[in-house]
Amino acid sequence: MLSRTADNLYWLSRYVERAEYLARILDATQRLSALPLAYVGTSNEWESAVATAGCANAFFKLYDEANEANVTDFLAFSTANSSSIRSCFELARGNARAVRTALTMEMWDAINGTWLELKRYGNGPTSREEFSRFLRWVQESSLRFDGSAYRTMLRNDAYWFSRLGVYIERADNTARILDVKYHLLLPENERVGGPLDYFQWAAILRSVSALTAYHWVYRESLKPWLVADLLILRDEMPRSLSSCYEAIVRNLDSIAGAYGRQGPTQRQARGIRTRLQNSRMDGIFQRGLHEFIGEFIGENNRLGAQITQQFLT
Amino acid sequence: MVAAFDEMKGHNGGVRPAYGELARWLAEVPPDVLDYRRREAELIFRRIGITFAVYGEAEAQERLIPFDVIPRIMAGAEWRLLEKGLTQRVNALNAFIKDVYGTREILRAGLVPDDLVFRNPAFRPEMSGQSVPHDIYVHIAGIDIVRVDAETFYVLEDNARTPSGVSYMLENREIMMRLFPELFSRHRIAPVENYPDELLATLKSVAPSSASRDPNVVLLTPGVFNSAYYEHSFLADKLGVELVEGRDLFVKDEVVYMRTTQGPQRVDVIYRRIDDDFLDPLTFRPDSALGMPGLMTAYTAGNVTLANAVGTGIADDKAVYSFMPAIVKFYLGEEPLLNTVPTWRCREEEHLAYVLDHLPELVVKEVHGSGGYGMLIGPAASKVAIEQYRAKLKTSPKNFIAQPTLALSTCPTCVEQGVAPRHVDLRPFVLTGRDGVRIVPGGLTRVALKEGSLVVNSSQGGGTKDTWVLDG
Repeated sequence: MLSRTADNLYWLSRYVERAEYLARILDATQRLSALPLAYVGTSNEWESAVATAGCANAFFKLYDEANEANVTDFLAFSTANSSSIRSCFELARGNARAVRTALTMEMWDAINGTWLELKRYGNGPTSREEFSRFLRWVQESSLRFDGSAYRTMLRNDAYWFSRLGVYIERADNTARILDVKYHLLLPENERVGGPLDYFQWAAILRSVSALTAYHWVYRESLKPWLVADLLILRDEMPRSLSSCYEAIVRNLDSIAGAYGRQGPTQRQARGIRTRLQNSRMDGIFQRGLHEFIGEFIGENNRLGAQITQQFLT
Repeated sequence: MVAAFDEMKGHNGGVRPAYGELARWLAEVPPDVLDYRRREAELIFRRIGITFAVYGEAEAQERLIPFDVIPRIMAGAEWRLLEKGLTQRVNALNAFIKDVYGTREILRAGLVPDDLVFRNPAFRPEMSGQSVPHDIYVHIAGIDIVRVDAETFYVLEDNARTPSGVSYMLENREIMMRLFPELFSRHRIAPVENYPDELLATLKSVAPSSASRDPNVVLLTPGVFNSAYYEHSFLADKLGVELVEGRDLFVKDEVVYMRTTQGPQRVDVIYRRIDDDFLDPLTFRPDSALGMPGLMTAYTAGNVTLANAVGTGIADDKAVYSFMPAIVKFYLGEEPLLNTVPTWRCREEEHLAYVLDHLPELVVKEVHGSGGYGMLIGPAASKVAIEQYRAKLKTSPKNFIAQPTLALSTCPTCVEQGVAPRHVDLRPFVLTGRDGVRIVPGGLTRVALKEGSLVVNSSQGGGTKDTWVLDG
């Protein structure tokens, strides 16, 4: 297939995935900021949301203060932010339009429908209720697109490249939450916070839609190191770094199989996957959770660049 | 002006046979049903994204072409007449272009003036003495036809560059079958859905001899911002070929390749929807980012086929158009089956004098114009507009031609007040390959939605209709 087509499919999936992630972050932040200060401490949740979205620098160029109105506008509706939910959907639809022939009717319908409906929300919500509805709608739109792709695409390179986009983006998103909130997830003897953090842990899980999953996996009340374990090492948790890399390796292998050759991308991805498989939480905490996550974000970015170099240009 | 010929009711008001079932159906169907279906059609079009862009209208970047749910109907016998005429016309166009870039016999015979060819901006000196695969220049032609009575068809324009609109022909039929199954069951209508297959066969038939047995065909688009982008992606999809942009291609050792996820892949035939000017910045406009540097070297080396060929715009010229009866006779030795509208070429002094004297009754067009832009329709224009146009005409007469205002036929059309006659034209698509001419029965019917308007162009508020060719 054309490199440009593969590139468009890859980024189409990344943008839709990113839009959903932003919606989850905003949802979790809204909940946290509605709790009495006694429950969550004095940290500015809205500032933390911007950091988690990975665009603090861009934000503070435009605004002086991270408050609900500014952050909501910036992460959800701003056209000045190329990673706002609106920008993500517009970019996704632009990519989709450029490769219509590589999409199934259902996928096109999902993303084009989303784009048409986006206009209904105008430049922002008129009320908190409407904003909540908006966030739910964003998540539903992403689910619909993802489901359409999963259920209707031929299992060929077009499908594999679009899945790679989903998982590279998802791995990046999960890692960024961990990067911002790592200090809340340290083992008991190293922790700086206190029981105040309970709601923070819940918010982290909520932002990766894993609050219920946690209880099924561990059958325990929330323990920060288990939250870290779930998000990093657990294969059965679909947004964990480990699970994302299982999928990345699998899709890259399918591409290698169809094209009849392996390349640097496959080797690089398998290296990351193996390292995750051989890691234990004790070891990660010992070496430093923050360093571990920082390295992972770097590696994940390098793999993305390698995919672009080997296939998409 | 004479009253227009109505394709349903003729000149005298009785229903013509091809429209019998439709007239009965129109009488039975409640008006709100038509309106409801019309809105349903619009929703479907919007949903699948069949939009077009109008240049110079920023806020309406993606607009729908209005679709009229009442079909335009032709009897089989009428179509066969048209089909013969179209085949003849396109054969003559191909022979003319080959001659112009070859031995130029028609110029030596003095039938077409030299400077009309050589000083024509659409003339490509690069193509002189250059042969193209199988001597075919116009692989895809859109011939605009208007009708003035039961027997008389005129060619209004030959589109020999990159004619568009065929996706509407195909989508209009799909929508109609979806919305009006009962109406279809009452007719026998020739299918158009095989057009993409015919097009692919045509394109493969003209691959260079160096191509493999299964030539690699691609569709070259200027990109998503082009007004016809939807059509490009639609056709690529139906053809099962890659939709490429200039940046997807590169030329190495006079061979064209496309960049794929598995490395470079050779390209044999390019169905290009980019004008000559933008094809290759090394040969044509150096500021063009749409095409591909070096394409012309691969083309002149005979390693890739461009459809249509470079330089076919010479046949789109409206002054050249006026010579078509002579061109048909010269190459084919036959009388033209389709009429050419009598044309005053303002480049000639006597013609200009006549045109200036009769502006209020004439249609004046730019020789290189298209899309209905820059046209004066005398009978419909204000005095001020006519005077403004007169000034333009006097400044550069050779850029204009004039024709009598034809009474285009009308078809019943859904309008706000119900069903009323509106003027229509027809653009059939004529395919020419190594193995001959193919025309799917039908084409794109365009309709001027405003009462009395003769301008059917979508950029000027025209709509489209499904076009039915019946058995018998």
